[in-house]
Amino acid sequence: MTAGRRQALFRLGIFIVGMTVLLIALDHWTHGAFLRPFNVSNVLKQIAVYAVLAVGQTLVIITAGIDLSVGSLIALTGVLMAGFMVGQSSDALGLLIALGVGVGTGGVAGAVNGWPVVKFNLPPFITTLAMMLMARGLAFLYSGGRPIEINNAAFNAIGGGTILPGIGKFIGLPGIPVPVIVMLGVVLAGHFLLTQTRFGRYVYAIGGNEEAARLSGINVGAVKMGVYIICGALAGLASLLLAGRLSTGIPQSGSGYELQSIAAVVVGGTSLMGGRGSIVGTFVGALLIGVLNNLMNLLNVQSYAQEVVLGAVILIAVLLDELRKRFFVSG
Amino acid sequence: MRGIAKTYPGVRALDGVDFDVRSGEVHALVGENGAGKSTLMKILAGAVAPDTGEIDVEGKRVTIASPRDAERLRIAIIYQEFNLVPGLDVAANVLLGREPVRGARLDHAALYARANEIFTRLAVMVPLRAEVRMLSVAQQQMVEIAKALSVDARVIVMDEPSASLTPDEVAKLFDVIRTLTKAGVGVVYISHRMEEIFTIADRISVLRDGRLVETGDAKSYDIGSVIRLMVGRPLDAHFPQPGQYNAPGGAAQPRLSVRELTLRGRINNVSFDVAPGEIFGLAGLVGSGRTSLLRGICGADIPTSGTVSLDGAVLTIRGPHDAIAAGLALVTEDRKAQGLVLGMTIRENVTLPHLDLFAHYLVVDKREETSAVAKLSADLRIRTPSLEQLARNLSGGNQQKVVLAKWLLERASVICFDEPTRGIDVGAKAEIYDLMTRLAAQGTAIVMASSELPEVLGMSSRIGVMRGGRIVHVYARGEATQESIIEFATGASAA
Repeated sequence: MTAGRRQALFRLGIFIVGMTVLLIALDHWTHGAFLRPFNVSNVLKQIAVYAVLAVGQTLVIITAGIDLSVGSLIALTGVLMAGFMVGQSSDALGLLIALGVGVGTGGVAGAVNGWPVVKFNLPPFITTLAMMLMARGLAFLYSGGRPIEINNAAFNAIGGGTILPGIGKFIGLPGIPVPVIVMLGVVLAGHFLLTQTRFGRYVYAIGGNEEAARLSGINVGAVKMGVYIICGALAGLASLLLAGRLSTGIPQSGSGYELQSIAAVVVGGTSLMGGRGSIVGTFVGALLIGVLNNLMNLLNVQSYAQEVVLGAVILIAVLLDELRKRFFVSG
Repeated sequence: MRGIAKTYPGVRALDGVDFDVRSGEVHALVGENGAGKSTLMKILAGAVAPDTGEIDVEGKRVTIASPRDAERLRIAIIYQEFNLVPGLDVAANVLLGREPVRGARLDHAALYARANEIFTRLAVMVPLRAEVRMLSVAQQQMVEIAKALSVDARVIVMDEPSASLTPDEVAKLFDVIRTLTKAGVGVVYISHRMEEIFTIADRISVLRDGRLVETGDAKSYDIGSVIRLMVGRPLDAHFPQPGQYNAPGGAAQPRLSVRELTLRGRINNVSFDVAPGEIFGLAGLVGSGRTSLLRGICGADIPTSGTVSLDGAVLTIRGPHDAIAAGLALVTEDRKAQGLVLGMTIRENVTLPHLDLFAHYLVVDKREETSAVAKLSADLRIRTPSLEQLARNLSGGNQQKVVLAKWLLERASVICFDEPTRGIDVGAKAEIYDLMTRLAAQGTAIVMASSELPEVLGMSSRIGVMRGGRIVHVYARGEATQESIIEFATGASAA
């Protein structure tokens, strides 16, 4: 075992012990409400949409880009999926169509985001800001501004259902929520992509030094297009979770989610300058924000005050990370 | 400065160093990378605090705890990487932070008048209203010097000031330095270039492994003796003996064949051949098109017209990827900006161009990567505790070796080197020369662009001189002299 790996394991051990102590303390504080299986499952369900978005956002941000359009894409793909399922009698076929339409539209929108960045070197902030406005407008145009009801049971089960009742019974729940499974799948796939594949290595290289990456023969344009397409497609998937939970495609939905996803990425230690970050960090970031919201609800913190606390926590988390790095570098 | 010591975790960067600068002298500070020059400089600048030791300025004991202290003591540092604001004009940069004001408003007239007065004192013409990003490197350096003068610096430290200057510009820089010393300023001149040190320096101090080896009058040394003091061993074979290896005779097909290569506005109709085992040196002033030519050959920029052939077959190159696949490698001049991803590890940097070698379906096999890179690293004598070290944390020489390793992983048929030894220490230089010679001996065709004439003369089988985007003269082995190359490069000698 190398020294680096031993050190990483040691740090992981400290992290797990620290988290356990913290969680038990929090549980105590909330008089046992926090660690109740129902509550834990609830927290995970609530962060599922954000976490799926944040995985795509992480890829984009590591290339030193940003995607502001994912919130609006949730609305657009949501109403499109709902619209395409209207009058569809087969649940299974309806779900397949919806999945294709949702993820497909998201992916195409991602390509539209990425193309001017790659071809004309436009700032991603601008192209995705434009997409944010256009997608929101299209969602309203398509739906006429009204929510579209979804009657597809299979579709709604993905957003709001549970599976594996056996395990569920074991921990006193009806089952494991499907969106949590989807989220974990996306997180694991994202982690695999970033850490184990050439594509992932290229994502870091481009964010770290685009010119060096290009001169090393990397097809920078294709990799960048790839991350924007993945990010858009994941917005479609996140939209499926949200629309399924609500059994409705809503043109107003997803507003502000782009900032939530960016917050999760940044709290998770990924640098907005590119070149550095991880999916695991992002997942921890999403979890942290979700837990914080949940705790404030359990402790009956007023909802306006919750936003103040959340903002402050994001700032402090990033500040601490920066200080830790400085200490690490100089010490 | 007396008895200065500074220890970093695991490294004794400075160990009881005494150093002084007299008013009106040029004191050269030399030593290999890692010898402690930059630490000493940072202490003077107030960027790091010494563990022990004393600093006196004009007889008074001082502490330099911050860059502000250094400025108050009128000590100015000109780093290799300039500290200028590219979007502001020259005058604004010179007086940045000290702008003359009238009430709350900037006094523009006074700003330009003061800047003008400073440049007049330097006897240098720089357009005061030009944005700094539009200036040449040499002009930017003059802006840095003017900035130092604007705070009435008594001591100016210059770190590798000639690194990207043409010989003409270096001469101009020396004029300016002489103007400064005549006015009583003490100049600390840090450089790897021996010829320059002996031209400009009054005294020389040699650092080695954090200790001061010797300080003495420049007149009492020669290049050989200083190099011996720096490395602690005689290094008379500065370059591998030319002619050690032999390019196959005229019957052999050229490995690399460049025909009428043109990059609009930069390269005009350049043709040359390089045989297997040959090192083709490219000399010329900065801006003469050497870098553009190498970039055009290796697909970093796409030529407007012309062809590049390898072993007689014309290549279609639409980008670096095609060039790499064909076996052309480009070692760029700026390793930090173009060669390395500084935030990645040595292993990740080295395998970047050839990650496909280690990928099975989707997954990159890190163990295979590590073993391949470990072999190269040992071969190139990259000095690092681990291959998982970030490129950012390596010394210049080791960084350059990592860049070279990228192109040795898969045997390249042609390697284009752009300033292969810029800013690295003598020991690493010798190792890189040795490596180039070995590669040539194995049949690699090498094109090497360099601003250091001794390097071009010492390494090349043949030498092409560039001017204005063309190769204006080609020397066979042994024909070239420094003087003659400079004549062609400057246009003093007609092609």
